[in-house]
Amino acid sequence: MSTETVDKTKDKEPLFSKKNRKLLSDPMNDDNPITVQVLGICSALAITVQLKPAVVMAMSVVFVMAAGNIIISLLRNMIPQRVRIIVMLTVIAALVILVDQVLKAYLFDVSKQLSVFIGLIITNCIIMGRFEAFAMGNGVWKSFLDGVGNAAGYGVILILVSIFREFFGTGTLWGIQLIPESWYMSNGGFYSDNGMMLLPPMALISVALIIWVQRSYNRKLIEEN
Amino acid sequence: MDTNSNSYTFIFSAVMVIVVAALLSLAATALQPRQAENVRQESWQNILKSVNIDVSRAESEEAYNKFIVEELVIQNGQVVEGMHPLEIVLADEVKKPLEDRKNPLYVAEKDGETFFVIPLRGGGLWGPIWGFISLKKDASTIYGANFDHKSETPGLGAEINQSFFYNQFQDKNILNEEGVFKSVEVKKGGGSGPHQVDGISGGTVTSDGVTDMLKNCLAGYVDYLKARSSKHDQELPVEEIEVDDPTEDDQIDIPQSGESEEEVV
Repeated sequence: MSTETVDKTKDKEPLFSKKNRKLLSDPMNDDNPITVQVLGICSALAITVQLKPAVVMAMSVVFVMAAGNIIISLLRNMIPQRVRIIVMLTVIAALVILVDQVLKAYLFDVSKQLSVFIGLIITNCIIMGRFEAFAMGNGVWKSFLDGVGNAAGYGVILILVSIFREFFGTGTLWGIQLIPESWYMSNGGFYSDNGMMLLPPMALISVALIIWVQRSYNRKLIEEN
Repeated sequence: MDTNSNSYTFIFSAVMVIVVAALLSLAATALQPRQAENVRQESWQNILKSVNIDVSRAESEEAYNKFIVEELVIQNGQVVEGMHPLEIVLADEVKKPLEDRKNPLYVAEKDGETFFVIPLRGGGLWGPIWGFISLKKDASTIYGANFDHKSETPGLGAEINQSFFYNQFQDKNILNEEGVFKSVEVKKGGGSGPHQVDGISGGTVTSDGVTDMLKNCLAGYVDYLKARSSKHDQELPVEEIEVDDPTEDDQIDIPQSGESEEEVV
C-alpha cells in the first residue's frame, strides 16, 4: 500500500470510513500480497494441494496477522528502530506458538490436519511485511483492518489455488469425490487425474495463471515497460 | 525518551524476551495436561481402530479398558515383568538391535477372540511415521492396521493415514506358509499375494518407509507370538473350537492356525 500515512484526524473518523474500508478491500485485488506484491509464495506452494489445510491455514494467518498488527501498532512508539525486525519476529513467533499450543489442547484434530503448516506461518513474509510497512506507522484500528485485509487477500489466493489443484489433481474437493468414479480409466472410463497438479511447481504455475487473469481484468496493474 | 539509545535498546530487548518467555511457558504449562490427554486418547483410539473398533476420542478410555486385556513388554521372545508399554519410547527402541529391543504389545479381546496389537514406528520422507497393526491369534494374519505421519506430503505420502491404503493390509500374512517371518511389502505399481499391498503413486519414499517400518518393528514379536499362539491352541479344548465354529465366519481361521501351529512345532 503506497498511501500509508498517519491519520491525525482518526478520532473523528467513523470506524468503517471509506479509507478504512479500502484497507480491507485493497489487498483483495489491487494490492494482493501474493499476486501483486508476490510475497508469501513459499507457503502458497507448500499447502495448496488440498482445500482443507489451505482454509485452516488462511484462518490461522488471519488471526496471527490481525493480532500481530495490533501488538506492533500498540508498541510502535516504544520499539527501538535498530532491533525492530527482531521484535517483530519475536511477536510473530510467540503468537504462532500460542496458536499451535491452543489448537493442540482444544482443537486436536484440526491441529493434526495442519501439523507443520502452522509453524510455517512464522516464515510468511507477508506478516513481517505488513508489520514493517503498516503497523509501525499506524493506529491500532487501522492496523487491525490492514492485517485482516492482507491475510484475507492471501487466503483467497490460497483457496483458489488449492481448489484448482485438488480438483484436477485428485478429482476431489474438501476430500469429497466430485469426478464420478466411472469416468476413471481404471474403471474403464476416459479420465485420469493429473498427477503433476500435486507437485509443488504447479502451485507456482497456478499462481502465475491467476496473476495473468487478474491483470487482464485489472489493467492498472500492468507496468509501463 | 530516546528509543534509539543503546541502553534503551538493551532494556527493551531484555524485557521483551522475559515477557514472551514467561507468557509462552505459562501457556505451555497450563495447556500441557490437556494436550497430553489428547495424545493419550488418540493412541487408545488408534489401538482400538487397529482391531476395527471405532470410538470417538471421548469414549476411548472406557472402550480401551473394556477391550484391551493385557499390556505387555516383550524382549527376545520373553515377557519383561513389571514393565508397562507406556514406559517405552518406541522411537528409541526401534533403532536398537533386535536383541536389546523392548517391544510393547497389547492384547485385545473382542467377541471372544484374541488379537495382538503391535505399535509401529519408522521414518517417512519428511518425518516420522507410525501406526498400529493387529494380528489374529495365528500370529500371522493381519486383522487391521492404521498408520499416521507427522509431515508427509499432503495428497501423496500423507495418504497412508487414509482407509483405502491401510485397509489393504487386512488378511495379509506376515509369516509365509513355512511360518517364517516375511512381513508385508508396500509395492509400487500394484502388489499381489499375501505379502504385498499396493503402494501410493507419488509417495514412493513414504511407501518404502512403511515397508521398512513393518519389517523392522514386527521382527521383534515373531518368536513370542508364534510361541504364544501355538501354546494357546494346545490349551484350547477341541470341543470349544467346534462349538464356536458355526456361529461366526471369523472362526474358520482357527483350524488354519492349528495347521500352521503344527508346522511351527
